[in-house]
Amino acid sequence: MIDFSILIDHFDTYLEGFKNTILASIIGLIGSFIIGVIIAVMRIAPIKPFNWIGTAYVEFIRNIPLLIIAFFFYVGLPAVGIQLNGFVAGTIALAIYTASFIAEAIRAGILSVPKGQMEAARSSGLTYLQAMKAVILPQAIKIVIPPIGNQFINLVKNSSILGIIAGLDLMYFGDIVSSHTFVTFDVYIFVGLFYLVLTIPLSYGVRYLERRLARSY
Amino acid sequence: MDFAGALSADHLKFLADGFWVTLSIAFISILLSFIIGILLGTLRYAQIPVVSRVVAIYVETIRNMPLLLIIFFTFFALPEVGIKLTVTQAAITALTVFESAMLAEIVRGGLNSIDKGQIEAARSSGLTYIQTLWHIVMPQALRRMVPPIVSQFISLLKDTSLCVIIALPEFMHNAQIIYAQNVNYIIPIFILVAFMYFIVNYALSLVARRLESRQA
Amino acid sequence: MLKSKASKLAGILLLSASMLLAACGKSDDKTSSTSKNALEQIKERDKMVVGVKYDTRLFGLKNPNTGEVEGFDIDISRELAKEILGDENKVEFKEVTSKTRIPMLNNGDIDMIVATMTISEERKKEVDFSDVYFHAGQSLLVKKGSPIKGLEDLKKGTKVLAVKGSTSALNIREKAPEATVLEFENYTEAFTALKSGQGDALTTDDAILYGMADQDPNYTLVGGTFTEEPYGIAVKKGNKELVDAINKALKNMRDSGKYDEIKNKWIKTNE
Repeated sequence: MIDFSILIDHFDTYLEGFKNTILASIIGLIGSFIIGVIIAVMRIAPIKPFNWIGTAYVEFIRNIPLLIIAFFFYVGLPAVGIQLNGFVAGTIALAIYTASFIAEAIRAGILSVPKGQMEAARSSGLTYLQAMKAVILPQAIKIVIPPIGNQFINLVKNSSILGIIAGLDLMYFGDIVSSHTFVTFDVYIFVGLFYLVLTIPLSYGVRYLERRLARSY
Repeated sequence: MDFAGALSADHLKFLADGFWVTLSIAFISILLSFIIGILLGTLRYAQIPVVSRVVAIYVETIRNMPLLLIIFFTFFALPEVGIKLTVTQAAITALTVFESAMLAEIVRGGLNSIDKGQIEAARSSGLTYIQTLWHIVMPQALRRMVPPIVSQFISLLKDTSLCVIIALPEFMHNAQIIYAQNVNYIIPIFILVAFMYFIVNYALSLVARRLESRQA
Repeated sequence: MLKSKASKLAGILLLSASMLLAACGKSDDKTSSTSKNALEQIKERDKMVVGVKYDTRLFGLKNPNTGEVEGFDIDISRELAKEILGDENKVEFKEVTSKTRIPMLNNGDIDMIVATMTISEERKKEVDFSDVYFHAGQSLLVKKGSPIKGLEDLKKGTKVLAVKGSTSALNIREKAPEATVLEFENYTEAFTALKSGQGDALTTDDAILYGMADQDPNYTLVGGTFTEEPYGIAVKKGNKELVDAINKALKNMRDSGKYDEIKNKWIKTNE
């Protein structure tokens, strides 16, 4: 029923897109994790203006569509003289968008560590940042790994947005193959399978971690 | 940047039309997703041989696919196997297929959160399994599901923007038509569109939080 | 208390079941109605539904200031309605893009496509075309002062923007194999990308490019035309009656001078 020649004939094209999807996902993950940690710490730091900035970031970004952020970086920024190609613009948008969810997950993790520990660490002479790094974050990480894993799966799926801004990802090349061959059903089935190859193992991995971390308490 | 030109009265009206489409499509889709999500979630929870397994595979497959691909597939690929949908039907179908898989997991989570002891107690008092599910488990679970369902509605409102690829005349699509006229409109229009989404979704997220804290 | 909740739940389930049934019923209706030929359907409905572009200046453009769609394809469609149904207002427009138009036609969204559509052998396998109603040719749009003067300047590293599902996206790969081709969902996105400096040139039919140059005088056409793009009106496959009616209407338009009137109104260049 399904014509495999469409996969074999255009395998290089699929593969090129697949590579870019993986690359965008990895860069997006690292970027969103770094931004997420910074925003989370800002939200709970004992400095009011930081709290405001952190809260504004999280509430604004996670309540608007990723597509707007992607378009903003792709066609909005050039209006003020900053030129980014589809891949870069899309990947930055992914990192910024996902960071708002990761920041919330990390904040929840940090807040779940009993307050007394911070006080104890501070009174033993550590600065706020030192206490955060040495005492609070290592414990919080365990709680936040499963939700962050879920965000990573979302990030992989959301990376398909690159297809709309010529970001040369799997979705983009799938589209190109289908518009050049006039075959849609089989082409999209294969695109879907490529995504599943990435997301299904991730889902199982996250669930495994969830179970293992739950046991370690 | 030309704020006055970009946000003229005519343009605002045109954007409002698009926003209304976004709201309606998202609302219809969440209603349908809720119904199908309850069915799928319950079937998976009930551990009926074969059926629950099939539902699980379906839900996991859909949940692990990009929504964008599902929209493309629904509109461009389904006609090849004889399922022909108009743009609006395709948009609602794609959003519902994706979102109902998400809701199925919320429903299952809600059902799982109900103490198994209650089920045993109800069963031993003579209720059938189905009766127990409907009279005892589901009403409690439904209450717990409301906040995550509101959160899913927020996602759905955002995700509706992806239907721009099949030229559904929604918010983002109408925004594109306006900023295509003039480069100086791009940033003002982006700011307005982002702000509109923010207001509606932020209000909804406050509702979700209120509901959550009331339950806690 | 319990009872009311249970009945609510039962109600929801019933509702969903009836909706599913309704959906099935609807699709049954659809298939049965397609047995009637498209021309009869249009006459019975006393209105034709035409797929047109909303983002192509001069051919089909949704004007956000008036809410109206306007252009050459729009006026041709109105004239068709006049010829076939006796009233130029008995026409409803729906937006199509190069990618969505064939699915929309086959899905029953629209009766015909009047949307800058080139007649090609590949497409003839999927739809039926009327006689040619406009002669376009593929060309290039660049920013004024660009070093690109024609096809021969599209070298390695040059980024050419095109639209997914268009013949021009296929052609340009043959004509300029060295260049990088980036494809977008529709002309709005492609032209916005060009204006944002995301490409060095945009390629499609000259007729569409003239509209863009008309909208933004910083852009201009270069290199003449390098393909022939005869536009046709597409209908669902196997609808000879409708094709005949359209061809007859087109002929009447040409004979009466109405066609030239419409063409001169929109297309100022003597291409």
